[in-house]
Amino acid sequence: MAAAAADPPSDRPQPAAHDAHVGPNARLGLVLFTVYFVLYLGFMGIATFAHEAFASTPFGGVNLAILYGMGLIVAALVLALVYLRLCKPE
Amino acid sequence: MIYPASPLAIAIFCLFVGAVLALSFYLGARAKSARGYYAAHGQVGWFVNGIAFAGDYLSAASFLGICGMIAFYGYDGFLYSIGYLAGWIVALFVIAEPIKRLGKFTFADALDAQFHSRGIKLTAAISTLIVSVFYLIPQMVGAGALIKPLLGVRDMHVAGLLIPSHAVGVALVGAAVIVIVVTAGMVSTTWVQFIKGSLLVFFCTVLVVMILNRGLKVAPPSAPQAIVKADGQTLINGQPQSESNDLHPVGRVLALPNGKTETGPLGPVAFLRTIQNSTIETYKKVTGGNTTTFQPIASKGADLLTPGGYFKDIKAGNWKGRLNFLSLMLALFCGTAALPHILIRYYTVKDAASARKSTLVGIAAIGFFYVLTLYLGLGAMTSGSLDPTDSNMSAPLLARSFNPVLFAIISAIAFTTVLGTVSGLIIAASGAVAHDLMSNFLRIEMDDHAKVRAGKIACVVIGLVAIVLGIVFRDFNVTFLVGWAFNIAASANLPALVMLLFWRGTTKQGITAAITVGVLASLAWILLSGDAYANLYGKPATAAPMPFNQPGIVTIPLGFVVLVVVSLVTGDTGRRRGAETVAALGAA
Repeated sequence: MAAAAADPPSDRPQPAAHDAHVGPNARLGLVLFTVYFVLYLGFMGIATFAHEAFASTPFGGVNLAILYGMGLIVAALVLALVYLRLCKPE
Repeated sequence: MIYPASPLAIAIFCLFVGAVLALSFYLGARAKSARGYYAAHGQVGWFVNGIAFAGDYLSAASFLGICGMIAFYGYDGFLYSIGYLAGWIVALFVIAEPIKRLGKFTFADALDAQFHSRGIKLTAAISTLIVSVFYLIPQMVGAGALIKPLLGVRDMHVAGLLIPSHAVGVALVGAAVIVIVVTAGMVSTTWVQFIKGSLLVFFCTVLVVMILNRGLKVAPPSAPQAIVKADGQTLINGQPQSESNDLHPVGRVLALPNGKTETGPLGPVAFLRTIQNSTIETYKKVTGGNTTTFQPIASKGADLLTPGGYFKDIKAGNWKGRLNFLSLMLALFCGTAALPHILIRYYTVKDAASARKSTLVGIAAIGFFYVLTLYLGLGAMTSGSLDPTDSNMSAPLLARSFNPVLFAIISAIAFTTVLGTVSGLIIAASGAVAHDLMSNFLRIEMDDHAKVRAGKIACVVIGLVAIVLGIVFRDFNVTFLVGWAFNIAASANLPALVMLLFWRGTTKQGITAAITVGVLASLAWILLSGDAYANLYGKPATAAPMPFNQPGIVTIPLGFVVLVVVSLVTGDTGRRRGAETVAALGAA
C-alpha cells in the first residue's frame, strides 16, 4: 500500500502541470505563431533568393519590400488582437 | 565632427535625469520586500507594463542604431525593425502565459519550477548573466558616444591623467543606473521604462510629422571630404580640425521625380513614393593608412528602398552571405522571447491575462515605433545634417536640423533610453546572482531583507563591471554586440523554454545540456567568426574558421537537438530509477 501511495520521483514534468501549459489558449497561440512564421519565412525567402521581386510596385507606387515589411508589423498587431479576443479566461 | 556644448541641451538633460532619479527615491519606499524589489509586487497595471516593455526593449540599438543604419544604408536598417518586432510574436504566442504561471522572480524559476534541479539553476543563471552583460556593453558604449554632442564634453586631464569624454559618459550612465536600481529595484525601473517608452514614441511621432511637413528639397552635390589622423592631430581636408574647419554635414536629395526642386508637405505614402523615384547622395567610406575619405555617390532611391545596401552579399548571390543573413533574421525572431530582462517583466503583472494584455500594448507601441524608424531614417538621409563619421548620431542630428530644442529633447530621451534598458538588464543580472545563484544554487539561507540586500550589492558590482566594459569596448560597433546578445539568448534559452512547455519528454538533464551547449556553441562561433577576427583581434576576417558571422541558424537547432537527445537518453534512466524506487518502497 505504501508503494501505491508514494509518487515515484521522476525527472519529467508532472503531467498535470504540463497539461496546464498546453491548454486551448496555448494551442491557439501555436496556430497563430505558425501563421506569422510562414509570413516571416516568405519575407526572408524573397529577400534572400528573389530580392529583385522586392523592387516591384504592386500597390500605391510603393515597392513590395516596404509593403511586405510594413505588412509584417501590422500582421503582428492584428494576430495579437485575434489572440486576445479568442483566448479563454483562466 | 565637433559638437559645441548647448546650455539648453544640458538643462533639459539635467531635468530628465533629475526627474528620473527623484522618482526612484520616491518609489524606493514601496519596494522593501524581495517580491517588491524583483517583481514590483506583481502589481503593475497591464498598460503601464506594456509601455514599460517598449521602454525596456527600445534600446540604443533600436533608436540610434536602426535610424542610423537606414540613414546610411537605406532599407537594411528596417530589416532589424521587422526582425525585432517579429520576435514579440514568439513571446506572446508561445512564452508569455506559461512563463507567468511557472515563475516567480527570474526565468530560471520558470525553467526549474517542476524539476528543482541545481544544474538548471546554475546554467540558467550563468546564461542570464552572459546575455545581460553582452546586452549591457553596447548600451554603455552608446551612452558614452551620446554624451559628447549632448553635453559638449571633451577629453579632460585629472591629476595628470587623461580621462576621455567617452569614459565620462559611461561613468555617468553607470552611476545614474546604479542609483535607480539600488533605490527601488523593479518598481522604479518599471516607471523609468514607462516614462521613457512614452516620451520616445511621442517625440518620434512629432519628428516624423515635421519630416513629412518639410517634404523633400533638391541640393547641389557635395565634394569628397578627408580626415587625416597623424601625430595626435586631426586634419580635415588638409587643415587642423576646429569649429570653423570641420567636416560638412551630409545627406541630401540630388534629384526629385519630374524635375521638381521641392515637394512641399508630403503624406506618408507619397513620401516613400517620392524617395523611391529620387536620386539621393550617399557616402562610401574609404580607409587607407591614416586617411579616411568620404566619397559621395549618387544612389537611386529605388535601390535604397530594397534590401542589399548593408547586407551586400544577398544581392551578390553568395551562399555564405545568404546564410549569414538568414541566420541573423532567425536570431532576431527567436532572441526576443529568450532575453532575460524581457522575460522578468512577465512577473510584474498579476496574472496570465494581464501578461497577454501588456504584451499586446508592447507590440502596438514597439510596432508603431518601428514604422516611425523608416521615416526617421529616410528623413535623416535627406536632411543635410548627417555626421559621416557616426551613423549613431543620425536621429539626434535630424532633430537638430529642425530646431535646437527638439535636438535637446531627443538627445535627453536617447540618454534616458539607455538608462531604462540598462536598469532592466542590471535587475535581471542581479536577480540571477542573488536569487538563482546565491539563494537557490548555493542554498545560502537568506531572509527577505537579506535577499534584497544581496541583490543591491550584486547591482553595484554588475554596474561597475558594465562601466569598465563600456570603457574597454568603446571602439566596438554597437549593433554588432547586440547581434551577439540575440544569438546567445536564442541559442541558449529558447530551446529549453519551448521544449519544457511543449514536450512532455523533457528532462532536467536535457534542459541543462541544451543551455550549456547553446551558450558555449554560440559564444565559440562568435569568437571564431570573421567579424571577431577583424574587430576584436585585428586579423583578416578571411582567416576565421567559421564560414559566416551569425551562428543562430546552426546553434538554435543544435540546442533543440541536444535537448531532445539528452532527454531521450536520461528519460529512460529516470523511468528506471522511478521503477526501482517503487520496487524498493514495495519491498519495505
